[in-house]
Amino acid sequence: MPEGLPDRPRLIYRHRLITRLWHWINAIALLIMVGSGLMIFNAHPRLYWGQYGANFDHAWLELPRFPGWVTIPSYYSLAGARHWHFFFALVLAFGLLVYLLWSLANGHILRDLRIRVRELAPGHLWKDFKDHLALRFHDPRDPRAYNIFQKLAYVGTLFVLLPAVIFSGLALSPGMDAAWPWLTAMFGGRQSARSVHFIAMGAILVFLLVHLTLVLLAGPINELRAMITGWWRVPAEKQP
Amino acid sequence: MILARRNLLIGGAAGLLAGCDRFTDSPVLASAEEAHRFLQRAIGRGALATEFRPEQRSPIFRVNGTYNPNTPEYNIWAGTGFADWRLKVGGMVARPMQLTLAQLQHLPQRAQITRHDCVEGWSAIGKWQGPQLATILNAAGLSAQARYIVFHCADRYGDGGYYESIDLIDAFHPQTILAWALNDRRLDVGHGAPLRLRVERQLGYKQAKYLVGIEAVASLAGIGKGKGGTWEDSSGYQWYAGI
Repeated sequence: MPEGLPDRPRLIYRHRLITRLWHWINAIALLIMVGSGLMIFNAHPRLYWGQYGANFDHAWLELPRFPGWVTIPSYYSLAGARHWHFFFALVLAFGLLVYLLWSLANGHILRDLRIRVRELAPGHLWKDFKDHLALRFHDPRDPRAYNIFQKLAYVGTLFVLLPAVIFSGLALSPGMDAAWPWLTAMFGGRQSARSVHFIAMGAILVFLLVHLTLVLLAGPINELRAMITGWWRVPAEKQP
Repeated sequence: MILARRNLLIGGAAGLLAGCDRFTDSPVLASAEEAHRFLQRAIGRGALATEFRPEQRSPIFRVNGTYNPNTPEYNIWAGTGFADWRLKVGGMVARPMQLTLAQLQHLPQRAQITRHDCVEGWSAIGKWQGPQLATILNAAGLSAQARYIVFHCADRYGDGGYYESIDLIDAFHPQTILAWALNDRRLDVGHGAPLRLRVERQLGYKQAKYLVGIEAVASLAGIGKGKGGTWEDSSGYQWYAGI
């Protein structure tokens, strides 16, 4: 492999099969969970803190109903949305569980996602921030590695936002609340869990927006090919 | 070219969402109900719903569903303080019974402060009191072939009365009671007078109000449209509402 020749595109195997499979299964599950979740929210578009909360209680957030083009199904059906939501809840939760265990076993988490202390040094963060502004997302010496903002986004989504949305969703189920009362208590009550569920969904949407924007900026064809076939073309080096 | 691709992507995404509508009634999606029931029963078959302290109750416990059955028969009962009302216990039992409100109030009682979770998303906490369903089923002598308990109600929905059903795990659960009091007062009409079901590990639409009959059955097939409840029949709500 003639390294250092900038005119020869170099392909590296970047994403393993399990990562690619999970990525797409999770992407579909997330979109369906958001669409059906917004339909469920439409049945009572008010959010509360605490154990109880209904029409006569104080709501910290009250929204107009979400329009049909973002909900699943597109027509008003709480029952239909619940069928979608609880099927793909299993896909989302068990998919994440399998992916995380697998990625721990194959070294993906510790090798690619582990955040080193030196990466959090202000100087490093500032340099990486300037690199982002210049659309340089890869360290030319180690193009396979994720940059620190990428790591923070992935780790935050995998280990904070997705577990938060899954566990707060579980805490809404009266059957689960009986089986695991500590879970509902952890969120400060069922209506608090419902609020956390909604906020975590919003944070995941923000991640999705940033993620898609960066895919577009980094080169959508190359990024998409990498997430489908695994093979990623190392971008031509930009001089800093 | 790029524009066309973007339009294709946007059109494709909207098409996908609209395409989702077609699968909403798919039995594959509905199968998740069984999976959740299996998982919940596996980790907490006998688990108790959380009970609260008196000061944790909702200031106002809102009314939902039927506000007043308003049938001639019900109005006569309500007019006489439900003195002539009877709860019929029948179906696959050795000793069918007709119980008055006073008899139900003199059975051993259970009071519990629990959270009522509506399928729509809101919750209200209140204190319920009444005899355990298990006491009545044991007195009636449940047949070994019985699998479900069906609850018949005085309020009308479409062609028939509101009805609901639960399996024997929930029927014999200690918190499953036939409540005649909410927050230390007799049920008012809005909350289901004179008697309603409390099955605390499931959603609000299972908490049948205005009870007139309890029927033990081996199968739900012959009742209503066969899906085990009014909302299950009419709108496709899950029969197992622990989710």
